[in-house]
Parts: sequence; structure tokens; C-alpha cells
Amino acid sequence: MGYGKLLKIDPLVVEWNYTTEYRHSYAEDSPFFMELGRGRLLGSRCKSCGFKYGTYRKYCMYCGSETEDMDLPLQGKVHSFTTCYYSGETFRGDVPYTLVLVEFPGIDSLFMSRLFMNHGEKPKIGMDVVAQFKKFQTFTVNDVYFVPA
Amino acid sequence: MIAGGMTHFKKINFNDDFRLNVKHSLDYALKDSGMKIGDIEGSVSAYFSDHLQGQLIAGAMSNDFIGLAGKPSKRIEGGGATGGLAFQTAYEEIASGTMDTCLAYGFENMSHVGTWRGNDIIALGSDASFDYPLGGFYTAYYALMATRHMYEFGTTEKQMAMVSVKNHGNAMYNPYAQAPMDITVDDVLKSPVVSSPIKMLDICLMSDGAACAILASEEVAKSYSGKPVLIKSIGSSSDTMRLADRPFGTVPLLPNENPEMYRNLKYPGVHSFRAGRLAAKMAYRKAGISNPQKEIDFAELYDAYTSAEIQAYEDMGFCQYGQGGKFIEDGRSMLDGDIPVNMEGGLQASGHAIGATGIMQAVYAFWQLQGTVHKHLGSNRLQVKNPHMGIIHSHAGTGAYEAVTVMEAV
Repeated sequence: MGYGKLLKIDPLVVEWNYTTEYRHSYAEDSPFFMELGRGRLLGSRCKSCGFKYGTYRKYCMYCGSETEDMDLPLQGKVHSFTTCYYSGETFRGDVPYTLVLVEFPGIDSLFMSRLFMNHGEKPKIGMDVVAQFKKFQTFTVNDVYFVPA
Repeated sequence: MIAGGMTHFKKINFNDDFRLNVKHSLDYALKDSGMKIGDIEGSVSAYFSDHLQGQLIAGAMSNDFIGLAGKPSKRIEGGGATGGLAFQTAYEEIASGTMDTCLAYGFENMSHVGTWRGNDIIALGSDASFDYPLGGFYTAYYALMATRHMYEFGTTEKQMAMVSVKNHGNAMYNPYAQAPMDITVDDVLKSPVVSSPIKMLDICLMSDGAACAILASEEVAKSYSGKPVLIKSIGSSSDTMRLADRPFGTVPLLPNENPEMYRNLKYPGVHSFRAGRLAAKMAYRKAGISNPQKEIDFAELYDAYTSAEIQAYEDMGFCQYGQGGKFIEDGRSMLDGDIPVNMEGGLQASGHAIGATGIMQAVYAFWQLQGTVHKHLGSNRLQVKNPHMGIIHSHAGTGAYEAVTVMEAV
């Protein structure tokens, strides 16, 4: 917030910049993001009921027990997909991009990620995909992405 | 419910801030019911985003603006279900005996940021660690669901387009609507792809606007309104915020369904809204509804995307899972269908000022059940014939919260 730039009168409308530094802590999810830099895609296994999560979480949402980290298979199948031609402002420079929900063999839930393909390739449900890791970590979930297997 | 009001939803309304929008909607409701502001014992405010308002504790500012300072009030927030949940909270204030009259009001001014930035802000209503950084885009999440719904059930983009044509067409007769349009299926199919398979004309609006509903105990209601509407029951539920966490289990059955119908269906996956089904099931049980297809006369469903309306037909039990596309194709949700849906245009065309939306739905349902659509919308064109029971339905975060309320003419 700050001093406004006059946009119009009657009614009086001013525009100001609205930005801030924000310290986003991954807290208990930190191991997932750290290990992406080592080429590992972590999921979680419930120590009590055995449910295997395709997206990392420290506690089981079914029984509340603590989970343990597990390596996910790096190859899976497209469960669903969409190609985005618009987005949030932050990702405006990225469009078009494709998002997929990935299902892994033997894992009970999914993982959302970006899918990169060669020009002319089209995503489809059931397509085999394999995880790739960014060379330089951004410390976001985008440090892993998928390509056709 | 004894009265309701709303503003004309607009893409940009710099002339009225959120407080004045609330006042405009309230003044209409007070005039309609013969009440005075002093007759209101307390309030529930509904708005989704502090970022969009550029103002925290905006409910308190609205309260003193409309003359309710000094009376109990609370804010409810639940994404796209904010208004629907606030309406239910006002019901609880009455049902618990805390108040005899309660105002539920909702508002949102979404024009204060551009559409791309608005997408960013709305997407912060997804997991900020695992989902938002992938694109910051809610349309993409609903599109992932739509893609899977098409794969599971054979739903088509043409069927989705039919929903858009219906809702924009209905809005032609609604003076409160933001985007009435006489369009064709071809127009929708040729509109720009936003996030495949969802196109520009499959998507709801971003709106500036407000709506309010005045609820009262049965005894007090009779003293103010010649034609109150009964809030028969409320239902709500929740699901995982992340789509990726949705389970693959079995369908929570309604009384008119049996397990054989869904023997091979892994549910909800990402094709259906489990919270919607559970909210409907709760509301139906409390209302004594055993067959929604026969007992519900109309519905105001959460059509943030045309695919979501088709999914809601199934979640609400208006048809079997997998038959939602056929439901619109057969015209069953049209004005002259057996369960008309979004007669006034829904979020697609009437508008989506997020905090106001669920209450806007309640006001439309109220006027339908009163049989006063002519009085409020200027013609009888959108009036459902002799409705006895209707539902309103809204959801947030790809179904992370859902609210279903059953309303009945008395």
C-alpha cells in the first residue's frame, strides 16, 4: 500500500501497488521440496493404516497417524489433464502449459504436476509419463515435472 | 425467510463500495417486508477475500454503515460457498433461539484487480505449497475434473455448452443479471479455450455486487410477511483441498439409489464432488426427501463452470451419476423441464460476486417459492409454475466445502 496514482474522478479512483515479501515456510513438508533437488519424488505411507499418498503429507488424513516418507515410482500414468491458455498473473508468461494428475502403480492417491511435450504431441488419459527434475532448484513444486515416457 | 434483496451485479461498479451495495440490497428487502433496521437483532456477513476488498474486517464496516453496530455479528468465509454457508449460519442463529430475526448479507467487489490478478488471488484458495505454484488458476482445477468426467461418463463439450446457452438465455429476462446473452451452442464451442475443455463461455463471471436475506423465527415471520418461505433443512460437507488427495471409494447413496448402479465406479476420484453429494444427503434426510427427482421442483446450482452444473445434477441426485450430460441434453434443467436449474442465469450470467452468490441464490429461490418473480424481475417469464420445494447449492475449492439448503413454500 502507498500513495495512489489517480485513475479517474467521479467517483475518485486511485490505484496503488499492493506487494509484500512473504516468508512461506514449507514446515513439515520441507523434506519433499528438499529431496526434489536430489532427484527424489517423495510420497507418504501411513505407519498405522498403510495408506500410500501420491502427494506428500506428514499425517494420515484417514487415521491421523504419522506417516513415513517413501520414494514414489518415477513413472506413472496420466489420470486427467488440461492445457491452460490463461492463468493467474504470476504465471502469465508460462501459457500455454499443461497440468496433469498423475497416478502411480501401487499408490492410493494422485500427484498434480506440469506435463511438457514436444510440439504436436497431445496429452491423453492413460498416457505413460515419467518424472524429470529441474537442474537448478526453485524450491517450489515445479522442481519436478513430467514428460511422456 | 421473510425478505431478500440484491444489487444489479456488474463487472465494474466504482460508484458503490461494498457497504453501499449491502445497503442497497438491504433497503430493498426492508421495503419488501415492511421491516425497519431496528427490527433486525443481528447479522452474519459473507465475503470471500480480504485481498479483493483491500479491507480487513469489512463486515464490521458494513454493520455500522447499515445501522447494525451494537448488535451481534460474525463473518463467515468458505470460498465460493461463503454466501451459502453464511445463509446457513443465519438459519442456525434463529434455530438455536439466539435471535428472532437475523440478516445474512454477502458482498464482493472483484473489479478492484484485473482478471489475471483476480485469478491469482482466487487460486490462493488452493494449496499454496503444492497446487498454486503450478499455475495459480482455478479454472484449471475444474478443467481437470471436467476432463475426467468426460472420460468416465462420456460427457461432451456440446452438453457443457448447452448449460451456458440455457443460463445466459434465462438471464435475458432477469434485470439483475450481469451478462444476459442470446447465444448458441456453436458460439460457446467457438469461444476461446481457457483451460481445455473449458472455454470462455463455459465460465462464470467476476462481479461487483451484494445480496441479503432476512430470516426470522416462525412466530416473528408471520408478523412481518404475508408469504414467508420455510428453510426446511440445511446440509453441508467438506472434502480434501487438493484434488490429488481425493479418494477412490464408493458412492454415498441417496434413498432412491442402490449399490448396483455404481458397481464399477471409483468415487469420487476427481470426476465428482463428494462434499456436494454428502451435503445433499444430509439436507434431504433432514427434510424427509426420499426421491429428489420427484420432490424438488427447481434448483439454484453452483455453475461456476458449465461442467460443474452437470456434475451437480448428479451430486444432487437429479439423475444417476454419469447421466448429467444427458440431463441437460434432454432439457430436464430447462425452464420448462421437470427440474429447472438456474432459472435466473446462475453464476454464468446473473453473476458471481463471491460472498454474495449463495445469498443471491437464496433470494431467487425465495421469490420463486413466494411466486413473486413477476414483482421482482418485472415479468413472469422465469417463474417456475407452482413450486413447492427448491434447493440452493454452492461450493468452494473444487468442492472442499459444499452447502445445500432446502427451502419450501408454506
